[in-house]
Amino acid sequence: MSQDRPPGAPADRAPPPAGRDRPVRPAEGTAAWRRLGRAVRPRWSKAQLTAGLLCLVLGFGAATQVKQVSKADFSKLRQDELVEVLDQLDAQAGRLEAENLALERERDRLESDQTSQQAAAEAARQRAQVQGILAGTIAAQGPGIALTVYDPEGKLTAAAAYLLVDELRNAGAEAISLGPVRIVASTYFEDCQRTGCVMVGGQALEPPYEWLAIGDPNTLETALGIPGGVLAAVRTQGGSSTVTAKGRVTIDAVGSLAAPRYATALE
Amino acid sequence: MIALFGLVAGVLLGMATQTDVPAFLVPYLPIAVVAALDALAGAARALLDGLFDDRVFVVSFLSNVLVAALLVFLGDQLGVGSQLSTAVLVVLGIRIFSNAAAIRRKLFRA
Repeated sequence: MSQDRPPGAPADRAPPPAGRDRPVRPAEGTAAWRRLGRAVRPRWSKAQLTAGLLCLVLGFGAATQVKQVSKADFSKLRQDELVEVLDQLDAQAGRLEAENLALERERDRLESDQTSQQAAAEAARQRAQVQGILAGTIAAQGPGIALTVYDPEGKLTAAAAYLLVDELRNAGAEAISLGPVRIVASTYFEDCQRTGCVMVGGQALEPPYEWLAIGDPNTLETALGIPGGVLAAVRTQGGSSTVTAKGRVTIDAVGSLAAPRYATALE
Repeated sequence: MIALFGLVAGVLLGMATQTDVPAFLVPYLPIAVVAALDALAGAARALLDGLFDDRVFVVSFLSNVLVAALLVFLGDQLGVGSQLSTAVLVVLGIRIFSNAAAIRRKLFRA
């Protein structure tokens, strides 16, 4: 195809000069419109039919191509374009893989952190329980004995109660209560101003004294009952007692702890 | 007029039928369509000049399409397919623009 001649112009006739600098005659415009009007009028000439056929082919091809493009798949891409797409996908997959790996590691770390934190929390909870029982700040239960000391003559003194606690502790009692008072390390016994009364931790208690102790029931019972022991001493002072071994003793009485003012932990 | 009808009919036919372009034609069809558009623009210009000749139109139409497809094919073989396609499209685009400008001057004298 030649560059200087519009396609469709006959080869044997020179095309009219179509420069921008060429003055346009008024008649030429109307002539062009007339030719256009004549061409647009439908005539079954060979030229019109040929042009129609080629235009049909053109329209068909264009529409097919438009549909092909709108499908937008990879089948219309060239080989090098496909390679480029593949490279990009490879790089992207690599990046995502690395990110996935990092995230998985992070997740594992957090999971193990959580596990160790749970273990630490469980250990702390158990420690708090043990220390709470020992310090008498939480209610406790377990096998033990119930001891009731009657003192009809009101002769029992604070010393007798203290000896009783001593004996129970020697026999391995882990938690002790006397009436509503939990007996802990700091509990003190005093004689009342009157008889038939013992001050326990600043609280006046009257007979019968209801003791509860958690520990090995047999050991406790034996320790209390030994000849010349604490219960024998109670009897010599005019009191009497009953000891019941129980499979399950519940000590509800709790004491409160004051934070130490002077002592601090030695690290 | 019949050309216009043919164009519309061809578009409708292409839309209506589920034509799958054969794989070996896929790279050439877009270039061929643009080349045919160039031929059509040239024919329209010749028509307004009163120089339209159906035989020349057919020959230029077919040769445009063939040469364009051939260039793309050659480019693909040489490994510069996409660049040569772009080059062909640029040239054809310029020609379509210049023909459109000539048509505009004829019709509107501007």
